[in-house]
Amino acid sequence: MEALIHIDKLNLYYGAFHALKNVTLTIPEKAITAFIGPSGCGKSTLLRTLNRMNDMIPGTRIEGGISIGGTEIYSNEVDVETLRKKVGMVFQQPNPFPKSIYDNVAYGPRLHGTTNKKELDEIVETSLKSAVLWEEVKDHLKRSAFGLSGGQQQRLCIARALAVNPNILLMDEATSALDPISTLKIEELAQELKDKYTIVMVTHNMHQAARVSNQTVFFLNGEVIEYSDTEKLFSNPTDQRTEDYISGRFG
Amino acid sequence: MNIFQDANRKQIADRRRTDWLLHILFVVATSIGVIALCALIIDILIDGISRLQPDLFTNFPSRKADGSGMKSALVGTIYMLLIMAPVSFIFGVGAAIYLEEYAKKGRFTRLIQLNISTLAGVPSIVYGILGLALFVRLLALDRSLIAGALTMTLLVLPIIIVSAQEAIRAVPKSRRDASFALGATKWQTVSRSVMPSALPGVLTGVILAMSRAIGETAPLVMIGALTYVAFLPNGITDSFTVIPIQVYNWLSKPQLEFKELAASGIIVLLVLLLLMNFSAILLRNKYQKNV
Ligand SMILES: Nc1ncnc2c1ncn2[C@@H]1O[C@H](COP(=O)(O)OP(=O)(O)O)[C@@H](O)[C@H]1O
Ligand SMILES: [Mg+2]
Repeated sequence: MEALIHIDKLNLYYGAFHALKNVTLTIPEKAITAFIGPSGCGKSTLLRTLNRMNDMIPGTRIEGGISIGGTEIYSNEVDVETLRKKVGMVFQQPNPFPKSIYDNVAYGPRLHGTTNKKELDEIVETSLKSAVLWEEVKDHLKRSAFGLSGGQQQRLCIARALAVNPNILLMDEATSALDPISTLKIEELAQELKDKYTIVMVTHNMHQAARVSNQTVFFLNGEVIEYSDTEKLFSNPTDQRTEDYISGRFG
Repeated sequence: MNIFQDANRKQIADRRRTDWLLHILFVVATSIGVIALCALIIDILIDGISRLQPDLFTNFPSRKADGSGMKSALVGTIYMLLIMAPVSFIFGVGAAIYLEEYAKKGRFTRLIQLNISTLAGVPSIVYGILGLALFVRLLALDRSLIAGALTMTLLVLPIIIVSAQEAIRAVPKSRRDASFALGATKWQTVSRSVMPSALPGVLTGVILAMSRAIGETAPLVMIGALTYVAFLPNGITDSFTVIPIQVYNWLSKPQLEFKELAASGIIVLLVLLLLMNFSAILLRNKYQKNV
């Protein structure tokens, strides 16, 4: 697997607080990478550096570099809107807009200048199909997204992210607010999507990481302790702290 | 075994009595307000109901009470609303968007914020003085419709800014994040995600501010609009009158008939206020259902 994202000696500070310490990591293309580790260890923070959502948190300072497909994303040539179009994000709580299902999915394409009705129709349909939601909603696209169940809303948010044609999909504990069946559906969906997209997911559920990911990264207190093939990390970790964590001794 | 045997009956009785006494006290406190309002409305209705004739709306004020109307005042109030509403909406909501979404949350912003909150409580006559100096004198608008409307705009602006800010702040952060994460710029996020959610709340604030403005007299008296106007303004630089000013005029006459006219003018004003507040409530309810 080819590496798509290179993170090189990344340090991130929230004011005086050193949240990410010298993180060096590569993330393979068209595969699922899972971030695991106890709560507060910096998983979400690292995820948010990949689409620069941290830029909006006042007092955040960053050192080191991240390149995606060879482009340094914190350089001046990169405009953050284009970056976020290429690096989609799904949040912990499903957060649809108070708009119709159709308008939710069409929100992104419209931002980037698609106004043609037929084109939008097509994007909405393919995105909803990719998110395995089309069959459930195709007859009432004009209904409010708030009428959907939590699991459906989360798949709608995935469809919304896919609608702007990203290469990378970031998922920050995207299933932790969902019931087990909806969780399973999202996990299956992630498996399907990895053929076309590079997926980075944060999970506090080790079993989820073991079930769905190809590569797993273990974090502790803002540091990457270890990362490798998921299978290897769970069966044969090299660091004692990783072993302690995956065997449930803390966290 | 009786599990209730150690209950202290006397202490319980005392507590119950305190509870009961306070209950009565609160009912009385509420009643005083309601009774005062009812008495006021009934008193005004008794005085003014006989004058609520078509004449009141179609005739201009005149020296004789019979056949005297408040056409110019009613139209003046409506014209003032038509100028005030869009102007205060644009500036008020603009300022609120700036303060909530664009301004850096530093000391300077906090200072502005404090100022606006304070301005919302400044006596209305002070705005009259400002309007007199700024619009009537400096811009030489005289005591015109536009001068009056702009003075009133200044008066309601802080109220609108504060309520619009609250409406904007109430939009969950997750909705902004969703928009930004799709590659939206700040303005796209504000206009397509934040404002549609905040708009009903913003409009409610605007309507309530308007209903405050149409009942205000002091600032208009201050800019010299306390005049006898028996014609409709033809343009924004014509002189004008509004309902509360007309009521004030009628009240200052000694004859009983004019007191009745004043009462009927108050009824019209009250109905207008009621309608506006009612539409604000409707908006708010609709909003709560949608979110
Ligand atoms: N906006 C912020 N400002 C200051 N500190 C923050 C902020 N966000 C997160 N942190 C801190 O950074 C650390 C890592 O947080 P986070 O990345 O959310 O952890 P995780 O996702 O692994 O639970 C935590 O100690 C948290 O308190
Ligand atoms: Mg997190």
